[in-house]
Amino acid sequence: MPVLRQLDPLERPSVIGENVRYDDVNLRIAGIVTAPTPKGWLIGFGVAFLFVMLFMAAVTYLFARGIGIWGVNVPVAWGFAIVNFVWWIGIGHAGTLISAILLLLHQEWRTSINRFTEAMTLFAVACAGVFPILHLGRPWFFYWLFPYPSEMQIWPQFRSPLMWDVFAVSTYGTVSLLFWYVGLIPDFATMRDLARTRGKQMLWGVLALGWRGSAHHWKQYQMAYLLLAGLATPLVVSVHSIVSLDFSVGIVPGWHSTIFPPYFVAGAIFSGFAMVVTLILPIRHFYHLEDFITIRHLDNMAKILLVTGLIVGYGYLMETFIAWYSGNIFERFMVLNRILGPYWWVWALVVICNVMTPQVFWSKRMRVNLPVLFAASLAINVGMWVERYMIVVVSLHRDFMPGAWGMYSGTIWDWSTLLGTFGLFLALLFLFIRGVPMLSMAELRELVPSPRKERK
Amino acid sequence: MSDRRIWGLLAEFDSPEALIHAARATSVEGYVCFDAYSPSPLEGLSEVVRLRRPWMPRIVLLSGLAGGTSGFVLQWWISAAAYPLDVGGRPLFSWPAFIPVTFELTILCAAFGAVIGMLMLNGLPAPYHPVFNVPQFRSATSNGFFLAIESNDKQFRLEETLRFLESLNPLEINRIAP
Repeated sequence: MPVLRQLDPLERPSVIGENVRYDDVNLRIAGIVTAPTPKGWLIGFGVAFLFVMLFMAAVTYLFARGIGIWGVNVPVAWGFAIVNFVWWIGIGHAGTLISAILLLLHQEWRTSINRFTEAMTLFAVACAGVFPILHLGRPWFFYWLFPYPSEMQIWPQFRSPLMWDVFAVSTYGTVSLLFWYVGLIPDFATMRDLARTRGKQMLWGVLALGWRGSAHHWKQYQMAYLLLAGLATPLVVSVHSIVSLDFSVGIVPGWHSTIFPPYFVAGAIFSGFAMVVTLILPIRHFYHLEDFITIRHLDNMAKILLVTGLIVGYGYLMETFIAWYSGNIFERFMVLNRILGPYWWVWALVVICNVMTPQVFWSKRMRVNLPVLFAASLAINVGMWVERYMIVVVSLHRDFMPGAWGMYSGTIWDWSTLLGTFGLFLALLFLFIRGVPMLSMAELRELVPSPRKERK
Repeated sequence: MSDRRIWGLLAEFDSPEALIHAARATSVEGYVCFDAYSPSPLEGLSEVVRLRRPWMPRIVLLSGLAGGTSGFVLQWWISAAAYPLDVGGRPLFSWPAFIPVTFELTILCAAFGAVIGMLMLNGLPAPYHPVFNVPQFRSATSNGFFLAIESNDKQFRLEETLRFLESLNPLEINRIAP
């Protein structure tokens, strides 16, 4: 349709800048690691590190006093810790989607952002994993969750979704780390060979494991990478499904629902892509990566936000419909209480941020408008956190018996721990973009025109 | 007779296309022990360089099966034999509840199989390799395209092989110290 093409000058921009040459990939991406530390990085890392200190303080006080310092109590025995856990683990899912599912679907545009989003996954899973352990009450006994021959002759209860969760999250973290490291091996070899000093050569050399880039290496490597992607694809779907079973196996109205697994997976990808956009826009700007992370990437990510946002909206709609259709008075009350009860503002925020905000992405002009994209991604991040707050807190605060109703709010320690994990997440990301090539050089080289060396 | 004083000959080419052409010619010439080195995987090389140990899918399948089976058996043993908990007369061997953990362990072990298998089949980690002795080889991970013919190839004769490599129009030829 040539007429349409003329009308839209932004039609299918390339996945990589037109003037990028083969050597630019090395120079510009490895250059970020080898260049002296920029001042902005120091400031950013410093601020993030302050929040890491806040996290340490909050956790230390928690260990000293117990979870009584948090807002949780009967009837709302699951509060910030579980909200934060589900939120953080959901954010990780976008990274695996980009690195595994889009690889299997031959989506070329994933190449320049997969390394970065995999790192985001790892750090988000690290932040998520902290919360269930902190919530244990006696966190030093967390290893009781694993099946090991203990002197007490007690074994874990494998029929509990909480046990499934332990296995799902630890497998997810481990496989994400493996996938990330395998992707990094050829780039570590590049760093080793670009390094000038002996110490750096040794350091990168150890990480590169002696990679030589031989044709045999590449063949086995590509096979392994493809298989890992194939394994990570069902894994990522299983992880948030199992997280959702933590809720839906319980009988609390607002939790006990069969739509939870797909609805949680879509929500996870939704929030994860919002976080990718939130992080990638400033990094693209400050590190001048416009040639590698093009308008096409941002456009595609906005489209995914729109699609997953619609699925999440469908989930909300179905929950409401089933509450009416089931004829169950507790379900019906739960929905009415959600919309009209004391936490009405939570529901309103959820609808505004998660259902209404992504609708702007029907317009191409909005999808490629960076301030709009950034603002929408922030709103979705907030909205998805609030959605988990709605699921966890609002469902629990008024369940079956009016005599057992109550209200919940986070204390300063709840907020400090949440803000602290922001710091932890950002500090790890800062170290990552400073320490290792943040885009995959080996994969980007396949996208640029092949080089021709000058004869001497 | 093969030449033992050197590990082989390393030729650098100016472009991926030249490397693929050279690798094809080397294969046609009858050499077996040769390898091509490039900063990124090259499609055209896969038909020329035969995969020596094509076991990766089997390794991943077997490690996945091992992980899944052992996970399932462990859960059965714990729930039905080692620590039976009677919850209102429900069955002890409640296998549907064991599926999530079985699945996760399948994936976990298969992923370890893929990574460890890839490293083992590639002979990594290998901190030392003779090709690293050529200083120019450093660029093989950024913008250099190399072909190495090993001296333990039956057809390797220093003079002849050198002449053959020169006929491929490389940028430079180096001897690789063992």
